[in-house]
Amino acid sequence: MMQETILDIHDLTIAFDQEEVLKNVDLSIRRGEFFALVGESGSGKSITALAVMRLLPEEARVRGGRVTFRDSELLGLPEWRMRHIRGRKIAMIFQEPMTSLNPVISVGEQIAEVMIRHGQAGRRGARGRVTELLDSVGIPEPEARIDWFPHQLSGGQKQRIMIAMALACEPDFLIADEPTTALDVTIQAQVLELLKKIQRERDLTVLLITHDLAVVAETADRLAVLREGRILETQEAATFFARPEHPYSKLLLEAVPRPGVYRQPPATPRPLLDIRDLKVHFPIKKGLLQRQVGAIKAVDGVDLAIPEGETLALVGESGSGKSTVGRAVLRLLDVTAGTIRFGERDITTMGRGPMHRVRQELQIIFQDPYSSMNPRMLVNDIIREGMESLGVGESKADREERVVALLKQVGLVPEHRRRYPHEFSGGQRQRICIARVLAVSPRLIVCDEPTSALDVSVRAQILDLLGELQERLRLSYLFITHDLSVVSVLAHRVAVMQQGKIVEQGPVRTVLETPEHPYTRTLLAAVPRIP
Amino acid sequence: MKPVLLWTDGLVFLLLLAMATAVYLSGRNLQMRQQWREVFRSRLGMAAAIIVAAYLGVAVLDSLHFRPALAPTPALTGPAGNSAEIHYSPRVLSVLDLFFGELNDPTEKSYSRPFAAFAFSQESLTGPDGELVRAYPRLAYGGRHLEDPSKHLPADLLLKSLGAVGLGAGTGLAFAVVVAGLGWFFTRGRRTSWRRYMTELWRESSGLSWKTALFTFIGVCVTLAWLYQLSRWYHVFGTDKVGGDVLYHTVKSIRTGVLIGLLTTLVMLPLAITMGVSAGYFGGLIDDIIQYIYTTLNSIPGVLLIAAAVLILQVYMNNHPELFETEAARSDLRLLFLCIILGVTSWTGLCRMLRAETLKLRSLDYVEAARAFGVGNAVLLARHILPNVTHIVLISIALDFSGLVLAEAVLSYVGVGVDPSMPSWGNMINSARLELAREPAVWWPLAAAFVFMFILVLAANLYADVVRDAFDPRAALKK
Repeated sequence: MMQETILDIHDLTIAFDQEEVLKNVDLSIRRGEFFALVGESGSGKSITALAVMRLLPEEARVRGGRVTFRDSELLGLPEWRMRHIRGRKIAMIFQEPMTSLNPVISVGEQIAEVMIRHGQAGRRGARGRVTELLDSVGIPEPEARIDWFPHQLSGGQKQRIMIAMALACEPDFLIADEPTTALDVTIQAQVLELLKKIQRERDLTVLLITHDLAVVAETADRLAVLREGRILETQEAATFFARPEHPYSKLLLEAVPRPGVYRQPPATPRPLLDIRDLKVHFPIKKGLLQRQVGAIKAVDGVDLAIPEGETLALVGESGSGKSTVGRAVLRLLDVTAGTIRFGERDITTMGRGPMHRVRQELQIIFQDPYSSMNPRMLVNDIIREGMESLGVGESKADREERVVALLKQVGLVPEHRRRYPHEFSGGQRQRICIARVLAVSPRLIVCDEPTSALDVSVRAQILDLLGELQERLRLSYLFITHDLSVVSVLAHRVAVMQQGKIVEQGPVRTVLETPEHPYTRTLLAAVPRIP
Repeated sequence: MKPVLLWTDGLVFLLLLAMATAVYLSGRNLQMRQQWREVFRSRLGMAAAIIVAAYLGVAVLDSLHFRPALAPTPALTGPAGNSAEIHYSPRVLSVLDLFFGELNDPTEKSYSRPFAAFAFSQESLTGPDGELVRAYPRLAYGGRHLEDPSKHLPADLLLKSLGAVGLGAGTGLAFAVVVAGLGWFFTRGRRTSWRRYMTELWRESSGLSWKTALFTFIGVCVTLAWLYQLSRWYHVFGTDKVGGDVLYHTVKSIRTGVLIGLLTTLVMLPLAITMGVSAGYFGGLIDDIIQYIYTTLNSIPGVLLIAAAVLILQVYMNNHPELFETEAARSDLRLLFLCIILGVTSWTGLCRMLRAETLKLRSLDYVEAARAFGVGNAVLLARHILPNVTHIVLISIALDFSGLVLAEAVLSYVGVGVDPSMPSWGNMINSARLELAREPAVWWPLAAAFVFMFILVLAANLYADVVRDAFDPRAALKK
């Protein structure tokens, strides 16, 4: 069935100063379809959306091309006519639901305002319409929640409110810019399902912008792949996942880890890290005298063991306390109760001096490669810092040599050590962080979401590097992640964490294929998959 | 001649030394060097820096103090004629005073207009025939070389101005050529020819605004030469109530203003940095204590606190006259004390900002990473926290400077500022209160103080803006 074209982007070129961020982009989206625009960071996918909405940043210049919505050429419209289209005909949802809502106005009022502004409802009629709308986006008890303020709602509910707001004027076209990236897997699944349902019921056209091919596979009818401002391939979703044409599309698809092949744990029964009944509580203090009135139980009785050369993946959604476990192991936080044994030693309450010696064997890699290096230090000094502090290497020359060797080991070149962190890409920075940790030759590395800030293709490379290093150096990893898809690549064992407690633990095949705990099943079911 | 080192003089030189060290240290850091280049790449930044430097230069000249030797007189040497012992004047002069010569002391009886040859008010004079007439008397200094001022004054003024402008431009150019020549001499190994070096400078191929620097420098030279040349023959800004030269007074006020701006920073910085960074970094009890200190300090009205402190000092100084050898030492101590008390009341703003920034930095991954490597607190603060808050410190120094110059004017106006005997813009403005009430109004002392202060504050503010743009990471993001 061939439908009419609702949005047609023709030969669009947009530049920031001299740099072209979109190059001759052609896209045509048919009425009623769910279209996905896929690309890694910096590919120009958000700029495309902003160009359609005519919300481009000031520095951006349209060098050429047309954007036609129905019969109107959007780029040439005067601003007052564009205002009628924006919101009423084309609506947009953004990535961050936390910052897109005004925190001091109730959600109902915010939605009603959109309706009234566009003349869709009067002051009186608005309330009823908003309640209906909230109901249709799946907010429970809409009559009560209409008067709630954004902070009283969860992240997923806020994104639902954003969707309701976008739907307020019954637009024909909805742009969703990474609508689920900031959300947990289970919530992501619900929001995607909602989008799909609304699209079917209201005969909406949806343009979904995302970096996640699995999300596309779950939702889209057609898709286009964008890279460095160029459209590489436009295809029916089914055809694309079966036979991608462009080599880059193939690369992207291959980079998505697929379950099926699991790593077998090496036979070493003796645990290197042994955590028993670990509790970390943060006191809640109130009043003038800062009296303790309660505690947030971030980690509440966790047992974990990691043998030498093995990876334990600690999986959980945000707020489950998984990062707190990682930090407690390194004694970056104070432990409330329980024991942490590393090798032969009990490090739970170890003093500064003895702990200093343990730190050489116990290290951490962080999630955000942008904030994990001091922007005012050279790469050379960053890598040397740990060695100097922990007394690794005999002389300065010795350490310099080691820096060169390490950079080669993580796939960088020795010349890079004379540069500052901001001169590197995200993936390269993460490699530097790995080099910095390897510099002190640790036995166990806590990897706190090391790949979640990276693009898919880079993510696969970093995971490969970590796997290779493990084989060669017999490293153990405590791999903390919210992303179940990466678990199968690196983990030998998996522990699933919910609200400060481990709900299920076992070998990776058992947990992923025959989960026992209902929460694990929910998690696994929520993960979007590529056919 | 006996050199005198006043307290504030010592601190000024200490501060210059510290600035030189800071420049040297930041020159070694690639990133800092780039940011400073950014400052001087901007034309506005270059011009403002040169004007501020000119003011600083005057302040430094005015900080080299000495007591001139007195000519031996029978009263001093005693009846025996024993002249081996040299006696020094109780008056402390500075190198700047040497330039002004006889203008150091009041030369006229009272007010006179700028460039006037006659006094501002009429007096009873004895006419050529011996009878008494009411007339404007000739001035003792201004225009005394003219035979008939009403005829010759404009022409003389024009002629002297042209000469001064020519002299200033010539000096400025010559000096610039000498500096460029020195630059070539020291880098000649790397360059092919003098000519090419000059074209490179002229085309600003290094990115720095040398042309702007040249024009501003010549502009400053011409202004200074004109003011100075004409002050040899006239009172450029007129005279004040006791017949003192207003130009001399305003130029002397530069030191007071600049010193208050700089020394207060010197007092404030260590307090703000140590308190702010440790409150943010250590948190807990230390944070609570520091927060209580600055909230308490902040809730006392600043002017009242300053007034109280200055009055206490005043009483102390009156009770201990033996501590001060000269009048200058006395007013100098009051200036220093004013700087200290201003510093003590003004560190809280920067402290707050540093605390907030440190709180943010402390939770960043690279600080955690360093802690995971077992890096100690001292090293961690020096290596990871301090370098990442420098931009805030630099920006607030530059911004506070102009605010403090203005604060001096306000405080002196209220009467709790510097010693009344010390030349300062605040004191000048204070006395303008009565002068403006006269009919016709005596407007020139206020105008002179205003122009000099305005140029300094404007230049400092513009410079601060450029510094902020270069150093603030958020400003860099916007570009």
